[in-house]
Amino acid sequence: MTTAPDRPIAPPEPAPRDRNTGPRDLRGKAAAGDGRSGIRFDSVTVAYGRHGEHTVLDRLDLTVEPGEVMALLGPSGSGKTTALRAVAGFVRPVSGRVLIGGRDVTGLPPYRRGIGMVVQQYALFPHMKVAENVAFGLKAQKTPRAEIAGRVTEALEMTGMAGYAARYPRELSGGQQQRVAIARALAIRPGVLLLDEPLSALDAQLRSGMMAELARLHRELPDVSILYVTHDQVEALTLADRIAVMDRARLRDCGTPQQLYRRPRTEFTASFVGTANLLPVTVPADGADGGGRVRFGGRTLRVPAGGAAAGAGATLCVRPHLVGLGESPAADGNTLRGTITEVQWRGATHRLYVAVDGHRFMADLRELRETPALGDTVALHFAPEDAVLIPAGLTEDGARDA
Amino acid sequence: MLVHSKGARRAVWILFFVLFLPVFALPLLVIVAASFATSWSGALPSGPTLAHYQDIAHGDAGQALLTSVLTALAASAGALTVGTWAALAAERLGRRARRLVDGLFLLPVAVPSVVVGLSLLVAFSQPPFLLNGTPQIVIIAHTVLVTAFAYQSVTAALTRLDPAYEQSAAGLGARPGYVLWRVKLPLLLPSLTAAAGLCFALSMGELSATMMIYPPDWMPLPVQIFATTDRGSLFAGAALAVTLMAATLIVLLGVSRIRTKAAYR
Repeated sequence: MTTAPDRPIAPPEPAPRDRNTGPRDLRGKAAAGDGRSGIRFDSVTVAYGRHGEHTVLDRLDLTVEPGEVMALLGPSGSGKTTALRAVAGFVRPVSGRVLIGGRDVTGLPPYRRGIGMVVQQYALFPHMKVAENVAFGLKAQKTPRAEIAGRVTEALEMTGMAGYAARYPRELSGGQQQRVAIARALAIRPGVLLLDEPLSALDAQLRSGMMAELARLHRELPDVSILYVTHDQVEALTLADRIAVMDRARLRDCGTPQQLYRRPRTEFTASFVGTANLLPVTVPADGADGGGRVRFGGRTLRVPAGGAAAGAGATLCVRPHLVGLGESPAADGNTLRGTITEVQWRGATHRLYVAVDGHRFMADLRELRETPALGDTVALHFAPEDAVLIPAGLTEDGARDA
Repeated sequence: MLVHSKGARRAVWILFFVLFLPVFALPLLVIVAASFATSWSGALPSGPTLAHYQDIAHGDAGQALLTSVLTALAASAGALTVGTWAALAAERLGRRARRLVDGLFLLPVAVPSVVVGLSLLVAFSQPPFLLNGTPQIVIIAHTVLVTAFAYQSVTAALTRLDPAYEQSAAGLGARPGYVLWRVKLPLLLPSLTAAAGLCFALSMGELSATMMIYPPDWMPLPVQIFATTDRGSLFAGAALAVTLMAATLIVLLGVSRIRTKAAYR
């Protein structure tokens, strides 16, 4: 079996980052109604096929702190949805453990995990009215009858759908169905909320409205941990406290949106979280001045000191919107020259594609009064502190290969 | 719409009636006409009478109709239960086991029903399973014959059912039994009622297997129709057939009126 874990399935070692190991765990039915419960992936591997030859999630280690919004960001097929389904209990890892609120739920069926889940297509029960949909989880968990009506109303009010309680799902628009789906998930007061591409079926305008709604909901429910699967970097950057970047079944990077955007550690992160110019550079072998300079083609560029070994290859990441037109006004700035190969007018900005020594370099410039012509030679500049040096070795296959 | 021009559409309608009327509708009309006749030597039946229906009302045909309805109700209830259960269970099987179960349920349809009747007769003629000569053996035979249709229509409905419903319900803390009762079965209800109607209709009309096994005190209506026409009483048989048709249609209409909220998806 190619996917066998390279270390034994974890012995119950104390989890240092887990704040929930305490008397709270003795609360029997656990996470349901438990205000503070994070999620921990402990070397979780999921594989399909008779001999487990298709690994869709490879040794994922990740902790979602109680009350944190963690976005799983990645292209399709990156394993992000599989990770979420492993938390929900719809896929069973071949190795590793999944913990919710410090409780090992790896072997538990979905209905005993105390999660709230919202999926892309909402999956509201078509034969039940909105109120019955929201009450479903409460009735299934045998909540005292007297309590149900109040909690349904509360959940519907929280999502602004109180006026629609007597409607059937088919009578609602996509955005309204989404709100009901969220209300249904929140009604059971889960410690963990799983959102699987919840906004991808909505149109762009509705989506930005729902993003604000989700942010507000999270402020109102500060104790609920949210695992948010998306392929949309804007959703991830906007909503998440931290983003886990996934690609090809593996976790590539994890950090706050600001860290990932400003200081990406891999080429993949740089290009997937925001847009990036990635220039192949070499660090001079002499390393005379202790870093701070790299060679790109025939020229020397100034970069923040440190980060890559002397003599090694590396990638320089420059965000297009941090690039300016013209020679660098500062003495220590970097200037690149090239010919314009493409101009896109985007309303507020012009994006120029410039060929610099055969490499494509993008610049997002505040709308220019005169649109530059194709084939013109232009100078572009960026400040050393706006460039990020990504060492080689990390670039090919993520952090693990470093 | 496959056909766009007006003339072509009319031609298709004419073709439909030319084929449909003689093959499907006319024989039924002829039966109805014959049931009110005393003789039929010319182009049309002659000697209109209600005597055949009066005989039915007074004779043992009422008993036969009741027998048929009870048998069909029991058989379709049994078939629906077994077929639904099997379809739900088969959903979880691997591909090979799945194919095996599919084949198993198809068997009674593939085997001639006379053979099914005979095999049941032979199998249950000895103790400890001595059912020969009891109403139960007729009901069992009908159940075996119609279960295939229940299984297939529920299986087809299950493959169309989005697994997200079941998973959402489980995620909300519902146990599998609760999910089945409150989510899956309600969503399957349109298919279940359709399957029930089909099973009932098939059982009401079953003759060949029944002929092999029916006991004298449990004679379904089709058997009596066969016996009556076999004796040469063609018009009395036609009246019985019309009674059978009417009873089946009434039950089918009743089943189709069961209101299914899930059908409004």
